[in-house]
Amino acid sequence: MADQGKARILGSAIKRREDPALITGKGRYTDDFTLPHMTHAVIVRSPYSHAHVRSIDTAAAAATPGVLAVYTAADIESSGAPGTVPTAWLLPDIKTPEHSLLAKGRVRYVGDGVAVVVGETRQAARAAAELVEVDYDPLDAVVDPQKATAEGAPQLFEDVPRNISFDWDLGDKEKTDLGFEGAAHTVSAELRNNRLIPHAIEPRAALADFDEHKGELTLRMTTQNPHVHRLLLSLASIGLPEHKIRVIAPEVGGGFGSKIHLYPDEAIAAWCAMQLKRPVKWVATRSETNLTDAHGRDHVTRAEMALDAEGRILGLRVDTHAAMGAYLSTFAPAVPTYLYGTLLSGQYDIPAIYVHVLGVFTNTAPVDAYRGAGRPEATFVIERMMDLAAAQLGQDPAEIRRRNFVAADAFPYATQVALEYDSGNYEPALDKALEAAGYAALRTEQKSRHDAGSSKWLGIGLSSYIEACGLAPSQVAGALGAQAGLWESAKIRVHPTGTVTVYTGSSSHGQGHETTFSQIVADRLGLEVEQVEVIHGDTKEVQFGMGTYGSRSAAVGGSAIANGVDRAIEKGRRIAAHMLEAAEEDVVFDDGQYTVKGVPDQAKSWGDVVLASYLAHDLPEGMEPGMETTAFYNPSNFVYPFGTHVAVVEVDSETGDVELLRYIAVDDCGNVINPMIVDGQVHGGVAQGIGQALWEQAVYDDNGQLLTGTLMDYALPRAHMLVSFELDRTVTPCPHNPLGVKGIGEAGAIASPAAVVNAVMDAVSHRGIRNIDMPLTPEKVWRAIQ
Amino acid sequence: MFLNPFEYHRAGSPQEALDLLNRHEGAKLIAGGHSLLPLMKQQLAQPTALIDIGRLAELSGVEKQGDSLRIGALTCHAELASSGMLATHCPILAEAAAKVADPQVRNKGTLGGNIAHADPASDLPAVLVATGATLDLMSPQGVRQVRAVDFFVGLLETDLAENELITAIHVPVLGQGSGSCYLKAEHPASGYAVCGAAVVVELGADGNAAAIRLSFNGLATTPVQCFPVVGALTGTDLADEAIDTAVNSLLSVEDPLGDIYASGEYRVQLAKVYCRRALKIARDRARG
Ligand SMILES: Cc1cc2nc3c(=O)[nH]c(=O)nc-3n(C[C@H](O)[C@H](O)[C@H](O)COP(=O)(O)OP(=O)(O)OC[C@H]3O[C@@H](n4cnc5c(N)ncnc54)[C@H](O)[C@@H]3O)c2cc1C
Repeated sequence: MADQGKARILGSAIKRREDPALITGKGRYTDDFTLPHMTHAVIVRSPYSHAHVRSIDTAAAAATPGVLAVYTAADIESSGAPGTVPTAWLLPDIKTPEHSLLAKGRVRYVGDGVAVVVGETRQAARAAAELVEVDYDPLDAVVDPQKATAEGAPQLFEDVPRNISFDWDLGDKEKTDLGFEGAAHTVSAELRNNRLIPHAIEPRAALADFDEHKGELTLRMTTQNPHVHRLLLSLASIGLPEHKIRVIAPEVGGGFGSKIHLYPDEAIAAWCAMQLKRPVKWVATRSETNLTDAHGRDHVTRAEMALDAEGRILGLRVDTHAAMGAYLSTFAPAVPTYLYGTLLSGQYDIPAIYVHVLGVFTNTAPVDAYRGAGRPEATFVIERMMDLAAAQLGQDPAEIRRRNFVAADAFPYATQVALEYDSGNYEPALDKALEAAGYAALRTEQKSRHDAGSSKWLGIGLSSYIEACGLAPSQVAGALGAQAGLWESAKIRVHPTGTVTVYTGSSSHGQGHETTFSQIVADRLGLEVEQVEVIHGDTKEVQFGMGTYGSRSAAVGGSAIANGVDRAIEKGRRIAAHMLEAAEEDVVFDDGQYTVKGVPDQAKSWGDVVLASYLAHDLPEGMEPGMETTAFYNPSNFVYPFGTHVAVVEVDSETGDVELLRYIAVDDCGNVINPMIVDGQVHGGVAQGIGQALWEQAVYDDNGQLLTGTLMDYALPRAHMLVSFELDRTVTPCPHNPLGVKGIGEAGAIASPAAVVNAVMDAVSHRGIRNIDMPLTPEKVWRAIQ
Repeated sequence: MFLNPFEYHRAGSPQEALDLLNRHEGAKLIAGGHSLLPLMKQQLAQPTALIDIGRLAELSGVEKQGDSLRIGALTCHAELASSGMLATHCPILAEAAAKVADPQVRNKGTLGGNIAHADPASDLPAVLVATGATLDLMSPQGVRQVRAVDFFVGLLETDLAENELITAIHVPVLGQGSGSCYLKAEHPASGYAVCGAAVVVELGADGNAAAIRLSFNGLATTPVQCFPVVGALTGTDLADEAIDTAVNSLLSVEDPLGDIYASGEYRVQLAKVYCRRALKIARDRARG
């Protein structure tokens, strides 16, 4: 490690190494690749949300000049390919109806694929797609997860009564009911978590190239987890053996979770390339993206909280209908269960919790992980309930939180919903946030505005959140139904001159892994970051890995890298001891030098030692030449970042318009590798969460038509709609990984919806208003005030 | 989204634009393209040919002609927003142009295109009505003049004939003793007006309102004027209470527009709030 006085690379805000290429347009994304003889696929999509497909006439389309082929489900079936996209997280008694690559006789949401046209040009394929004649017999649709479970509601699958895919619960029901019996206060609320469209800036895309002689498929695609996609494609979609598939994630322009899942379209492109023996490119239009990318959230929840006379929580009961959409997307079942129910204790010491969740099919786009995935929904429930309880008991929202925090000396803390929080210290983060906000002064201003009869009401909202990320350990995940492990891999290839290439199973799609990972390596080895190269996102180059999502890459991927580097350092120590004729225990490694303890001029540099390992002229007895290590890091627990956010809003009581005045975020993600990247993650997450609270919502009408299918209707937050965020941190290192880091990718999106909604409710609560559903559009707020 | 194939012709003069329009059945003029191209991408407009008038310098710019301003139809929103001439003689038009969407749209979108497209959610139609503007419409037969208030006919519908070109917009100079204001509620996705209120107030020598003009975007398919409120307030000293009472009791709209973001009832509420606020601001500006 670097000595005192020299600035450490770890923890410094060096600029992102990947940015010069990306911001000068040199990044190469899937659609930037062109192959000889490349063709273009366009998917024919259902305009109906629910219909029987009586027949498909492809003759006119197939006869169009420039069209090579038109395929339907029947063609995929007769090819012998498995032809499905699978669900990779299973729950007890879950119903997982088949999701075929193209619809077989029935469509279940607007955008469901019924045929694919492959043409010499995208224009030709698109024009021909309009000529595919599908005879639909429309059926009634249902889009609301609560209504979908009613007797007599339209049913999506014959063998899934009341559209319930799974019925899941967690916690001790009896104990929780008992908590309510003796309670001095109970608070209840109906809370909706609005459906969101992820909107990665790069639409999904695939470029498939099949080498018929080798029997090998190369698939460039927009993916957050290329190895997992290769595995699923092999097993469930196209049936080619895994070692004959190479999945490459070139630059990927964001995902927010939407590129974790395997969709039919990319698999169809691969299958078409195998049929036609020509490269096939498929690129979603923005409208297709909005219709078919897995959406996020869409919960209807009834929550009840029991408290004693002083405001200490005695129990929490939560009942949630979670929309799954038309099919179970890859990890969909985990999101409203293990990523939601388990988080309902928040930062609080709650003696009894019971949560019951129904996963429900609806005639909408599938729902799956979206930035935060379950944890924003959980945080929203618990943090809204805290404020409702504070209001009912006449307590200050900050005080009721403080009263219920898990005490600083109670860690590791076991919740009533199956998690063990590794470390935490919640009060300092709250205090820091309150101080930064000038909480007391804000309350004074709020009061003086009221007293003066101002029509601009001030509101202050808190959100003290917990995030569980770096989902782990694999044994536990397996026991809970994951069809995947949740470790990460790293290969450390040290070159004879001492520079390093890292092969990581994490798969950056905007996060800055190239920078942070090289900081980890450079810091440990005493190198410059320029002496470290990071390779990711290619199944042919990189050993199996799990990918990037769930705020896992620093904590799990970074730890794998740290362990791999430490193994190389260990091997080097044995070589150095041999070279220095010293005992191994007496050799220490610091800032790129092996020295003998107490004899500082007895030293060998990292470069000397590495070179010796490759020359192999004189290695310790029995040692193999070379310097290359592989580490598979299987964490022993999740990591638990936390913090408190404060939103300050002004509500125009005449129009209902909400103006965000200030946003303060104090986060604790353990040790910080690069503060600028951490701040950037917080900024993006907070902006998305504010978007959810105030503007964003995917709206389907009762017929299952998406009414917010374009960016002219679906409001994403833009810079001029936001404020300059005020960020700060506390540092409580993770005790169980080698870097002491937690995750930060999702924290902003987890904390902010509740902070903003609490602020608006705080502003209007003197009118007796307790709840308004997100997004808090001016009209909704105005109506509530009336 | 992809466009259907079309021919492209660039006009070198207004006359040539008219000739090209005449020669190509199903052709459309294109200025900034910020309304037409989105329609074409959604296949809602499928012109066989585009006649590009975007580079006709003679149709751009603001100049003073006596007691009115002549604004070329191709003047873009950003130019309107930063025009010194407008700031002095018709500040409400600059104020409204500055509130159109975002910089990209303001740099490409033109005044002529904006009003020819006649989107009820646009910002500029109501402002032209409130300022009492007239338009020059040129056809092979010559140039005719139409008042802005008569130009807007319905949803995306105007008095413009297929063979006509808007060449200029004339707005009367707002002189001493006048004040104006444009306020809008912006749609968070598109930036268009959910409701926009344009107010022009002229004070007489006695300090009372000699003339008032009100016009609203977003409430109906064409700009809505609110004569009962105008009637009640004209001749008064425009005291706060008088404004509040008149607007609250007399502003009404039959069958207001509504959508999933904002209902008709709510838009009328917005119109009332913005009307009251804009009237007070315009009054204060008029008083100087
Ligand atoms: C994202 C976005 C947000 C927007 N937000 C707003 C907003 O907040 N407020 C607002 O007011 N507008 C808004 N607009 C519209 C914008 O102002 C457009 O630029 C304007 O409405 C049309 O001007 P244009 O020059 O682009 O017209 P074009 O798209 O080129 O043409 C539009 C129509 O007008 C016709 N036309 C154009 N010029 C002439 C002429 N001189 N004579 C006769 N016919 C002509 C064309 O044939 C066509 O039918 C927005 C547009 C976009 C894309």
